Amino acid sequence: MKAIKIIGLVLFIGGFLLFNGIFFLSSYQLTPEIIRQKIEDPKKQELFLVKSKTALTKEYSSNFEFVSMLDHTFAEVNQNQIKTFSIDEKEINKITDKGKTTFDKSVLESVFSPDNEINLFKRKVFNDFGGHLFGQPANIEQVKEVAKKINEYGIVNKVGFDRYVTKNLKYSITKASSTGPIKNQPLLFFFLTFGLCIIGGLLYILPKLELVPGIKNDGIFNNVMKNTGWLGIMTGTWLIAFYVFLYFYPEYMTNWIIMVDPLSLSLNGNEASRFFLYGLLYTLCILIMGIRMLIHYRHSRYQMLRTLSVMFFQTAFAFLIPEILIRLNQPYFDFKNIWPLDYDFFFDSEINKLLANGTLGIFMLGWGIALIIIAVPVFVYFFGKRWYCSWVCGCGGLAETLGDPYRQLSNKTLKAWKVERWMVHAVLVFSVVMTAAVLYTYWTGSSWFIFVDSYQLRSVYGAWIGAGFAGIVGTGFYPIMGNRVWCRFGCPLAAYLGLIQRFKSRFRITTNGGQCISCGNCSTYCEMGIDVRWYAQRGQNIVRSSCVGCGVCSSVCPRGVLNLEGKDEDGRFGQPILIGNNNIKLKP
Amino acid sequence: MSKNHHIVIIGNGISGITAARHIRKHSKHTITVISGESDHFYSRTALMYIYMAHMKYEHTKPYEDWFWSKNKINLVRDIVDTVDSDKKSIRLKAGTPIQYDKLIIATGSVSNTFDWPGKDLAGVQGLYSLQDLDLMVSNTNGIKHAVIVGGGLIGVEMAEMLLSKKIHVTFLVRENSFWSNVLPKEEAALITKHIRSHHVDLLFRSELKEIIGSNGKVTSIVTKNEDKIECEFVGLTVGVSPNIAFLKESGINTKRGVLVNIFLETSVADVYAIGDCVERTYELPDRKNIEQVWYTGRMMGEVVAQTICGNKTEYAPGPWFNSAKFFDIEYQTYGMVRNTLADAEDDFYWEHERGMKAIHLVWNKDSKEFRGINTFGIRMRHECFDRWLREKRTIHFIMEHLKEANFDPEFFIRHEDEVVAKFNQKFPALSVTEKINSL
Repeated sequence: MKAIKIIGLVLFIGGFLLFNGIFFLSSYQLTPEIIRQKIEDPKKQELFLVKSKTALTKEYSSNFEFVSMLDHTFAEVNQNQIKTFSIDEKEINKITDKGKTTFDKSVLESVFSPDNEINLFKRKVFNDFGGHLFGQPANIEQVKEVAKKINEYGIVNKVGFDRYVTKNLKYSITKASSTGPIKNQPLLFFFLTFGLCIIGGLLYILPKLELVPGIKNDGIFNNVMKNTGWLGIMTGTWLIAFYVFLYFYPEYMTNWIIMVDPLSLSLNGNEASRFFLYGLLYTLCILIMGIRMLIHYRHSRYQMLRTLSVMFFQTAFAFLIPEILIRLNQPYFDFKNIWPLDYDFFFDSEINKLLANGTLGIFMLGWGIALIIIAVPVFVYFFGKRWYCSWVCGCGGLAETLGDPYRQLSNKTLKAWKVERWMVHAVLVFSVVMTAAVLYTYWTGSSWFIFVDSYQLRSVYGAWIGAGFAGIVGTGFYPIMGNRVWCRFGCPLAAYLGLIQRFKSRFRITTNGGQCISCGNCSTYCEMGIDVRWYAQRGQNIVRSSCVGCGVCSSVCPRGVLNLEGKDEDGRFGQPILIGNNNIKLKP
Repeated sequence: MSKNHHIVIIGNGISGITAARHIRKHSKHTITVISGESDHFYSRTALMYIYMAHMKYEHTKPYEDWFWSKNKINLVRDIVDTVDSDKKSIRLKAGTPIQYDKLIIATGSVSNTFDWPGKDLAGVQGLYSLQDLDLMVSNTNGIKHAVIVGGGLIGVEMAEMLLSKKIHVTFLVRENSFWSNVLPKEEAALITKHIRSHHVDLLFRSELKEIIGSNGKVTSIVTKNEDKIECEFVGLTVGVSPNIAFLKESGINTKRGVLVNIFLETSVADVYAIGDCVERTYELPDRKNIEQVWYTGRMMGEVVAQTICGNKTEYAPGPWFNSAKFFDIEYQTYGMVRNTLADAEDDFYWEHERGMKAIHLVWNKDSKEFRGINTFGIRMRHECFDRWLREKRTIHFIMEHLKEANFDPEFFIRHEDEVVAKFNQKFPALSVTEKINSL
């Protein structure tokens, strides 16, 4: 059995090292065909071809070099365009001069003449950026301001490559230019990385079946992985790096994505995107570590069913069904994701996408709204927020499987609880304001909501909360702050579910008479950092908005003190009862 | 409000700390807690989990360190040398003497040892305190074989601890079965089987004769049957006794423990004693006069706090309860299930086919009054059994309502139907049809 474990570990480490090696493994050859295929505008194509002339003759051996070449080329094209199209001092003076009585289109036509490509562009772009100045005498300061905006953004947006376009092109051109073993044999490498990791992981986990069923926490606080030792720090660093690449620098991880192209093609008919890779990894982590969880807690049917549930919802609802929907030319939709965790649910692009898809799209929109306003309150009333957080949710699913070995690292101090309450509710408020602004823009067309730009607001939310907090901190900090950092400090949906759980629910954790021995296992293994013992040792029900109902406090209790129950609301906040001496009524 | 006294508590275990907390809740008295063992209250019952690295020491502290100053409970880390009850003064090993108005002795226990040859060799120890734990960590570092002497709760915990470090354990029990002064033979057999399933060599009718060492360190032991067992560690878990040596000259009456009356008062005015170190001078039905249990310590702490705060209260614990965990099998008991049935008693034992769950019920033959239950691997509601025992319900009632008492987590397999069916088979005269009342 020990041998099997070691073989598993070796296979896993081998697969994992190769996976990391693959990051660096390809060569890159840019071709005119790739440029023509990826850059749609023929004029921009030509410009890019001219500026990348030397690059086209060269094979790049590293993705860093190749991406830096692309950066350089885009910058050169942009500089060239700014040089060609920028509005200079002379033209500004002319406009002010000719428009000093009334400024209108004819002024632009006379300043920017004769009719050639450059002047036509200048007229149009000035019209777009400075149209609001028409109808009154031209003011030099205002004209200068418009010219400045045009030189800074207008030219790059229209005839160059702006940041957004550059980011996408860098990714797609790098992926297409990749040559070498991975491109030639994606399935082989898929097997050697994903395959070996899966097989190795299972071989490492399965021998645990040999042990007598029961709580198996031996050695956790001596473990370099589970007690923030060097291995934990390395794992956290790796995860943080992975998320930074995923969200901000996907062009560097194209080799990984090429490996999963065949799978993506067979599932949804398209090449893989970075989020296909992410979804696949995410699902595999939940499945493999879910099997570990099933074995680990095989004495507890509550834990087993809960784990099977998150494995199912991740595989079916988050991964397979959306891919199949795409294959059927339907919009991508995760039927279990709920706003405000699903923070872009009300974004104009999302709503339009659904509305453009007929009955199914409208059903999806209605379904999503029903989850928010009906399913959340009703299910939380009957079952507590656990119905979502530890049975259905994807973030919760990862936390309960991949994150389970780190649950003991959550901070239980009163101070942490105070920080948690401020932070998670602040994110809830932020998400509501952001969504209100986005909807305001959707209905009125105006991007200014009270005093903020709704586009600005949503991009700040997306970067800082969606990617930074939920992804980088939420998962990257598993080995440092426990597996529920995001759920505890950041998830706006958890905050919403928690408010209902706290004030209108049948759910509570009950304590068993006077049986608590204050050992502290419950608090230590509470992933949400609830000091469960504080309540248990005084015989008080645990009613906390943050409790996700994972049930581990009850599982690890050596005296059978804790139980997750849904009962009549009366007495939920009852006086502490500690069964003991006759004739003493204890004050709380 | 009575005048402000200085209450000094010796011992920061569950008894002393419960007393301190409750005195603080009910009064403005000055409170000082002295401990030689630790700076702060920690849960002694969690010592095994620190060793097994399920937790770190700080996880076993039920209150954060700021709690004590916030609640104006002074903590003194020192060892009490002597108590002078005439001068109401306590002499400390290191610090200056402390004057008290009222004194609570809550010093707990010390491990028992007997005069075995070799008991002072390195690698031979008991397990009671934090210091014992540190010693055990260093004594067992890197070793392969250990022997445990004494078949009780600390012994089985020690076995589990050693096994977590992959140390082979031989477990010597003097009696014919495991924890025989408490468990009936059926339960003892169940636990024996379970302990052996963890590959512990559990030997009955085996008594320690001699511990052998070389260079001052233990190398083997010899039993009274002249079996020699090689080992690098010997755990002595043959019970504990009240920790009262420092009271010899104090003028406070002691026997095996500090003698107290029903108000937990000692023979000297303004001196109280609570917890493990206490020996009651009055009888309580079904209870020993020295009770070394977490729960009784806690209750005594609550009671003495009432008395000190002006509400003189008797120590009158409700129906007996206790719990433990033997490796993976949880045990709870409510009421009185003796190791051997009394003449007037009848019983029913049910065991699950896989041997990880069992229930044992005892009642009075004539009155049918329910006397107690042992439950293994099935959690039961304390509140239900406490009420039923106080209400003197019959075994018939208990069987009818057994389902209500279940405290297992959701989706766990329930066995009440099977238990009741077996019970009806065995006792047709008492035959039960289930009633399910909502709680």
